[in-house]
Amino acid sequence: MRLSGRRATWVAVVAVLVIGVAAWLVWPSDPAVRAQEQAITVVDGPADDQRVTLDTSFFPPAGGGKAPAVLLAHGFGGSKQSVRDSAVRLAQEGYAVLTWSARGFGRSTGQIALNSPDYEVKDVRQLVDWLARRPEVRLDASGDPRVGIAGGSYGGAIALMAAAHDSRIDAIVPQITWYDLADALFPNATGQGPESGVFKRMWAGLFFSRGGPQAPGGLAALTGQGGIGGQNGQEGQEGQADGDPRAVPGGQDGRSPGTVRPPTPEEVRCGRFLPEICDMYQQVAETGRATATAVETLRRSSPISVRGRIRIPTLLLQGQRDSLFPLGHADANAKAIAATGAPVRVAWFDGGHDGGNGEVDWLHDQTRAWFDHYLRDAAAGNTAGSTSAPAPASPAPGTAAAPAEVSPFTVTRDGGRDPGTRRPVQLHAVTGAYPGLSGTERTSVPLSGPEQPVAGPPGGSPASISSIPGFGGLSTGSANLSLSVDMPGQSATFESAPLSAPLQVTGSSAVKVRVRIVSADPGATPDAGEDAGEGEEENAAGPRDVTLFAKLYDAAGGTQAPVLPEGLVAPVRITVPEGGAGEATVTLPAVDHRFEAGHRLRVAFTTTDLGYHTPAAPAVYQVSLAAPALEAPTVTGLRAPSTGPAWWTWVMPLASVVIAAVLVLIGRRKLRDDYQPALDAVPLRIEGLTKAYRNGELAVDDLSFTVEPGQVLGLLGPNGAGKTTTMRMMMGLIHPDRGEIRIFGHRVVPGAPVLSRLGSFVEGAGFLPHLSGRANLELYWKATGRPAGDAHFEEALEIAGLGAALERAVRTYSQGMRQRLAIAQAMLGLPDLLVLDEPTNGLDPPQIREMREVLIRYAARGRTVIVSSHLLAEVEQTCSHVVVMHRGRLVTAGPVSELLRSRTAGNGVSTRLEDVFLDLIGEKA
Amino acid sequence: MNDANGTAAGGAATGSDTSGGGASGGGTAGGSTALAALNREHGAAHGYSPRRTLPISVEIVRQFRRRRTLVMFGLLLALPWVLVIAFKVGGGWGRPGGSLRISDLAAEGGLNFSAFALSVSASFLLVVAVALFCGDTVASEADWSSLRYLLAAPIPRDRLLRQKLIVALGYSAAAVICLPLMALLAGTLAFGWNDVRVPGTGEVIPALDVLPRFGIVIGYALVSQLVVAATAFLLSVGTDSPLGAVGGAVGLVIVSTILQAVEALGALREFLPTFWNTAWLDALAPQPDFGGMVKGVAVSVTYAAILIAFAFRRFRTKDVVS
Repeated sequence: MRLSGRRATWVAVVAVLVIGVAAWLVWPSDPAVRAQEQAITVVDGPADDQRVTLDTSFFPPAGGGKAPAVLLAHGFGGSKQSVRDSAVRLAQEGYAVLTWSARGFGRSTGQIALNSPDYEVKDVRQLVDWLARRPEVRLDASGDPRVGIAGGSYGGAIALMAAAHDSRIDAIVPQITWYDLADALFPNATGQGPESGVFKRMWAGLFFSRGGPQAPGGLAALTGQGGIGGQNGQEGQEGQADGDPRAVPGGQDGRSPGTVRPPTPEEVRCGRFLPEICDMYQQVAETGRATATAVETLRRSSPISVRGRIRIPTLLLQGQRDSLFPLGHADANAKAIAATGAPVRVAWFDGGHDGGNGEVDWLHDQTRAWFDHYLRDAAAGNTAGSTSAPAPASPAPGTAAAPAEVSPFTVTRDGGRDPGTRRPVQLHAVTGAYPGLSGTERTSVPLSGPEQPVAGPPGGSPASISSIPGFGGLSTGSANLSLSVDMPGQSATFESAPLSAPLQVTGSSAVKVRVRIVSADPGATPDAGEDAGEGEEENAAGPRDVTLFAKLYDAAGGTQAPVLPEGLVAPVRITVPEGGAGEATVTLPAVDHRFEAGHRLRVAFTTTDLGYHTPAAPAVYQVSLAAPALEAPTVTGLRAPSTGPAWWTWVMPLASVVIAAVLVLIGRRKLRDDYQPALDAVPLRIEGLTKAYRNGELAVDDLSFTVEPGQVLGLLGPNGAGKTTTMRMMMGLIHPDRGEIRIFGHRVVPGAPVLSRLGSFVEGAGFLPHLSGRANLELYWKATGRPAGDAHFEEALEIAGLGAALERAVRTYSQGMRQRLAIAQAMLGLPDLLVLDEPTNGLDPPQIREMREVLIRYAARGRTVIVSSHLLAEVEQTCSHVVVMHRGRLVTAGPVSELLRSRTAGNGVSTRLEDVFLDLIGEKA
Repeated sequence: MNDANGTAAGGAATGSDTSGGGASGGGTAGGSTALAALNREHGAAHGYSPRRTLPISVEIVRQFRRRRTLVMFGLLLALPWVLVIAFKVGGGWGRPGGSLRISDLAAEGGLNFSAFALSVSASFLLVVAVALFCGDTVASEADWSSLRYLLAAPIPRDRLLRQKLIVALGYSAAAVICLPLMALLAGTLAFGWNDVRVPGTGEVIPALDVLPRFGIVIGYALVSQLVVAATAFLLSVGTDSPLGAVGGAVGLVIVSTILQAVEALGALREFLPTFWNTAWLDALAPQPDFGGMVKGVAVSVTYAAILIAFAFRRFRTKDVVS
């Protein structure tokens, strides 16, 4: 029984291990994807006469067969290596993926033309041609592959531009990209366009430097950290500086491994930019004002120039932490594309060029859901791109319903911290329609504050700080860390009363501001003279431009610093007539931010910002609110789907309780009394008792004997004969392998009630050492649950004969004292069957003699005593019967007198039990 | 002695002798047999019933007078006072900048102090206490050899284990409860009854709002120690060495804590038994979040139920050879 249980345990353990290893081996690992490096030569340029070699990687779909294709575009400063991980992931999911280093990047040749329709867009068209010839790519029509484009920032823009110029493209997922590059670099929150915009000089500088010669580990590494889309690096945002070291240092052609020649002056000036673009940038960066030509050039590279021509399903993923391409760009793209009737979805995620979480996995899931729906699942010939007929306003039937996983509008919100990992958690609030930046409702929040003077410092320094372009990683992971610093004397603030209820602003708030010029130094510095706008003012006392930076703070009050949500700022240039006041409605940065109850909304206008070009001439303005209220947009429909407790929090405990119950209940021996009434008067009958040690050796081997009432039975045998094992089995401590023991006809099993009629002392005393002898006996009797009156304490204590020592802790007892106490415990309740193992060990001769008397008298009243002993003389005097065991087997059993007589008869000499015993066990003296 | 024994044996014979036709049963045997048989279930001695064996109160007394029990409770009750003295002696030293830790706020008031005391002791001291009470309970009986006499009394094995588990859990609960309560008393006397300041942001929550949550915290601390208790109990059943059982349970907690630091395990760590031990801190935040505590309870109950089931199963078929 026991052995088989043990074996079953081992079998179970081995089975679990085998299953585990097998599962480990067989578990479907992600299918291997092998990239095919490919140099594809394309012809582009305004006259289609420039040959450029693009460095590409093609990832065939893991499943084989014909699959839809995805072009993955990288971000500015990156290369095809930047998007390799995403490409592999998509290929494993069954897409044919093509990544390429755009012209001027990585090992591709050519010069950067900023996603120009004459250059990069033509390149992409030829990549689509190439895909159409691949056997792995599913075709909508001859030469028209089923293809989508995804990419971030620079790569997102090429997705949009290519979609406008190539009708074969079926779906796009542009991320953190622009609608109007001119507006991104020359924003003006008054809505007057980039010509009057404020130059975003730090971002522009970083942006253009990334196309120039780069030293590994220098600025490139710094900005790569989280600058231009850095750690967000999902679908090809810029980031990891090119993994190919050879491509970086030389910069020009990227095909000169190990070249250490110093760059030429032209290279350090323009890097790999097309000279026209380089010249344009150098001009605008110097003056800080956008020329009409510059605006025109930048817009040629922007979706604004192809408005109405993007008619395919578009998922716009824009970062909330993005001072380079803020949410407004996605908004404009969404409106332009939605106007054509194509399905558009917008998500504002926690990321962008200024850092944030990046949500790589979530973005991938959204991108995949989009492509699954519009590339993989859409019926052939039904995608927008393949319907060559110009019917853009009505999307093809197969594409009418957008994928369920992608909501029309999703905003990532702070979900607190995960209680386990202590990491920030993102919640995705969704709503059924994209509300734009003005929200579904607008709340007017009264602002108050007097007209305040603000100073524009000479040289624009020190500058206030909202965010630091290229160092977005600094604030990563800590939503509350605000880098923003307003320089004293440079800002005018207007505050609301503490909010009575929380206000969730989603979109761009608006505020009307009025500015008067108090003093401006007409002498100006030479710098100011170069500024086109201010140049006029110097000569004529005409209208003057005032540059201000509007911010919306969340002021908690108390000692907590006000928070500038996402570090975003709205630059405004307001024209102020001579002697009068300029007014403008300022569109504050689009954010999704919750202003808690008790917090104040604070609008601040500063004269400087680190990231922007500001006039060098000192000036003082008076700033006041034209209307004492802030129009805050809210989207009440935005709700994060409530997530209940994880499924396992209730499944696991329930399952475990069920398993526990099963574990306890199965194999439970019902305490069924196996009773033979015929044996009711037989104190002990052992039949066929067998017990093996763990090593298989038999401790007790087919032992059978019977003890009658009134007997004092001696259980004899040398060490290892199995006496103690037999006694333990009598007490129900050990399970016999075979055979049975019956006490008064009741079979002995662990806890059998009949054991209450058995008193035992086996292998030494067992007492709680910290309790006194008396307390031990009393507590033992109480533990049996029997009435105190049945215990006969006095008799038992008298046998123990401990006297005053009874009140001492047992740990102070000698061996003999414990022995006597233990025998007394065995006699508590005067059991019908008393089993004593070596009772006279440790007793002195008078005590031994006394014990003998006690046992004989005990049995004389019809009770039964079983004694094991080595002291054969003692046994001879005490016992009426003996059972002799040797090596687990019964050697002989019977009355002592008979045993002695039978031997005596043999040789005629009176013999002692000792001789008989030695004779029996075969060690005759 | 002889006389006494003789009369006792004779007296008892009327009550407990079963010998219907026994060879030496004496004259009264025939009349008492039927009655005796009725009183006895399955041949049990007079007055014996499995359901009455090892009453809880007896087990409590058996365990209570042990030195380690008294020392452990003494330690738990003294610790808050030691901490109070430590804060009084070393007071005034503040960490510049950074967010407020729970230790920075301990001297803010009784509730803060109590939370601090719980936070510093939950990860180890209480683990040791619980492991001691639950790991020692069966193993020490085996060590003293008293287990075999209890089983031969007989106390049915399941019942013995159940009673011992109840008492051990009771002592563990008392240990877990007495520390924060004593800390509350000591902290209130030393630092006053003030509102709670929350670690991190330093926000203040009214004391009366926090009091019920404090009850939840203590309850959670109890439940989260269930894993330790169950592990120790299982080991206690399996070994004859009390130190082995206690040490094994503590060792398991240490291993789990180390594994918990391996970020590479990711979400798997959520299923480590110690992972949610500090989740009760969320209940003291301005907006209490019970998500972590729910998960912690789930994990704890899961482990505890299965481990305890194994303990019962193992003990039921075990050969008691100690």
